[in-house]
Amino acid sequence: MTTRIDRRMAKLKSEGRPALVTYVMGGDPDYDTSLSIMKALPVSGSDLIELGMPFSDPMADGPAIQAAGLRALKGGQTLARTLKLASEFRAGDDETPIVLMGYYNPIYIYGVDRFLADAKASGIDGLIVVDLPPEMDEELCIPALKAGVNFIRLATPTTDDKRLPKVLENTSGFVYYVSMTGITGSALADTAKVSAAVTRIKGHTALPVCVGFGVKTAEQARVIGASADGVVVGTAIVNAIANVLGPKGEKTADPAEAVATLVSGLAQGVRAARLAAAE
Amino acid sequence: MNKPAMPNSFRTGPDEQGMFGIFGGRFVAETLMPLILDLEEQWNHAKNDPEFKAELQNLSTHYAGRPSKLYFAEGLTKHLGGAKVYFKREDLNHTGSHKINNCLGQILLAKRMGKKRIIAETGAGQHGVASATVAARFGYPCVVYMGATDVARQSPNVFRMKLLGAEVRPVTAGHGTLKDAMNEALRDWVTNVEDTYYLIGTAAGPHPYPELVRDFQSVIGSEARAQMLEQEGRLPDVIIAAVGGGSNAIGLFHPFLDDKDVRIIGIEAGGRGLDGVEHCASMNAGKPGVLHGNRTYLLQNADGQILDGHSISAGLDYPGVGPEHSWLRDSGRVQYEPILDDEALEAFQLTTRVEGIIPALESAHAIAHAMKIVPKMDKDQLVIVNLSGRGDKDVHTVANMLGMEI
Ligand SMILES: Cc1ncc(COP(=O)(O)O)c(C=O)c1O
Repeated sequence: MTTRIDRRMAKLKSEGRPALVTYVMGGDPDYDTSLSIMKALPVSGSDLIELGMPFSDPMADGPAIQAAGLRALKGGQTLARTLKLASEFRAGDDETPIVLMGYYNPIYIYGVDRFLADAKASGIDGLIVVDLPPEMDEELCIPALKAGVNFIRLATPTTDDKRLPKVLENTSGFVYYVSMTGITGSALADTAKVSAAVTRIKGHTALPVCVGFGVKTAEQARVIGASADGVVVGTAIVNAIANVLGPKGEKTADPAEAVATLVSGLAQGVRAARLAAAE
Repeated sequence: MNKPAMPNSFRTGPDEQGMFGIFGGRFVAETLMPLILDLEEQWNHAKNDPEFKAELQNLSTHYAGRPSKLYFAEGLTKHLGGAKVYFKREDLNHTGSHKINNCLGQILLAKRMGKKRIIAETGAGQHGVASATVAARFGYPCVVYMGATDVARQSPNVFRMKLLGAEVRPVTAGHGTLKDAMNEALRDWVTNVEDTYYLIGTAAGPHPYPELVRDFQSVIGSEARAQMLEQEGRLPDVIIAAVGGGSNAIGLFHPFLDDKDVRIIGIEAGGRGLDGVEHCASMNAGKPGVLHGNRTYLLQNADGQILDGHSISAGLDYPGVGPEHSWLRDSGRVQYEPILDDEALEAFQLTTRVEGIIPALESAHAIAHAMKIVPKMDKDQLVIVNLSGRGDKDVHTVANMLGMEI
């Protein structure tokens, strides 16, 4: 069974360039704006969308994504509304893969079976759930695979060769390599170490490897994209939204436009990646 | 919830996956997973290592001052006019609460694992003080995360931690209480995973923490059980402890779990009442969910967002509870009851006046429940209340509540 993620990754591979994976928080700063931001992403060059599910206690996220989650929750965002957001986006775009990213509790409370059915119906292609390591696969990973939804695992600098097979075992879609031990929004790790890690992971799997955590600029996207199959940018995009919000959350400029400008630049970086690597 | 079948023993958990029935587990980011597997392995060696046990025993005796006394609270008993009330005097331990039992055990584990830096979260500041104390004693740098609200209401403990050489980092997220401190400690841990030991202060978090914290705290119940047999020639009828994350309570309860005739009662913070959201009674008013590495009863909304809760007592101001308590609740072995802020305050004042003991506000919750049930019991019945800590840290909060100036 192939998913939109598999198809998109295969297409980019044939084009010889890495994917630009963009993260936005669902419902940030409000539902309607969030939908228009999402729609702007593929147009500006994003190949795959990670849609954040806001959670009150995002323990792997730095201040920027924490604040984005709080803005969304304040605006009335719920898991049900995040699914609705995805399906409204999907109505106008049947190709860009959407991966939901977040924490387990809202899914657990929604009910795993009901969640998977609704996620599929909303056009969701994959899941990244930070607090579900392989030891907890029975909770959601196995049911998701059965339902035909990719379960994308995080591999980290602490995932050594001994552990890697366990992490890769039930992973599908792609592998998300977390570039550093840390939370989202931290400074980018040593890029040489990152590409060594990507090579190491590729020795264990045929799946594409995307790298995230710390990538903020087009130049960084270009460097990381030289070895990785995809580059994930989150905090920089979330900050671009925050930067056009006033102290009371009022918009001082169009957030969708701010995001589009940033993402266009990142897309150029990613597209230059392999050219640079070939030089 | 379906009631699980009655097990032969209530003392065998957790299973190999770190589960107590459906509760517990290892819900953590991949970055932390290798580390907690390593911790589990080290703990499995340490707990059967005679040298480790001897070192801990020696520190417990000569540094912490164990065994703590089982004290017949004659003044309170007379005042209440029912069963005989005993206090397990954890307030007399070095640093003033039960928290030192766990910190001594874990600092020895940190040493075994070759870690270079200690981090901890704290609510009331008692665990922060105990962590800073063992860090000072063993020469580790120590960072304590503490909610900004708690920094304000537990200022004596903040100063103690600083004197002990720890860095106290106030956390302003959420209500600035224990939950927020724990999030921030987890973020630090994920960032500094190589050299840092996370000294969790209660019987919660990812496996193996709930188990190892319980085992370090079970000295409370083991001593109390033997002391009661020696002093009264029989087991108590009722044992009571306050439940924040649940470490002092599980420490008292665990050795008694298979004593079928001993009634066991855990006390949750009822705050301003269970009707609204201003309480921390996760087992009376919450439902199972996943937070901070484990599945357990949590205060949350219909969307699975965690609520902040409220308690007069910083140490009970947490919207969750350790997973073993959730399991004991569902299995029916332990009964969990709420006590309101006002009731705890009254117990605090009464104990101070009739016993000459200023209890921690956390412990005052347990005493308040004894005040409700003891008068209805027979004079030859026996009750143990866990006096988990002393109340010096709470005098500012109490003065505020009573409209007095210090
Ligand atoms: C004296 C005292 N008792 C009880 C508690 C609650 O914690 P636990 O439920 O882990 O015993 C605290 C926590 O700070 C405390 O300081």
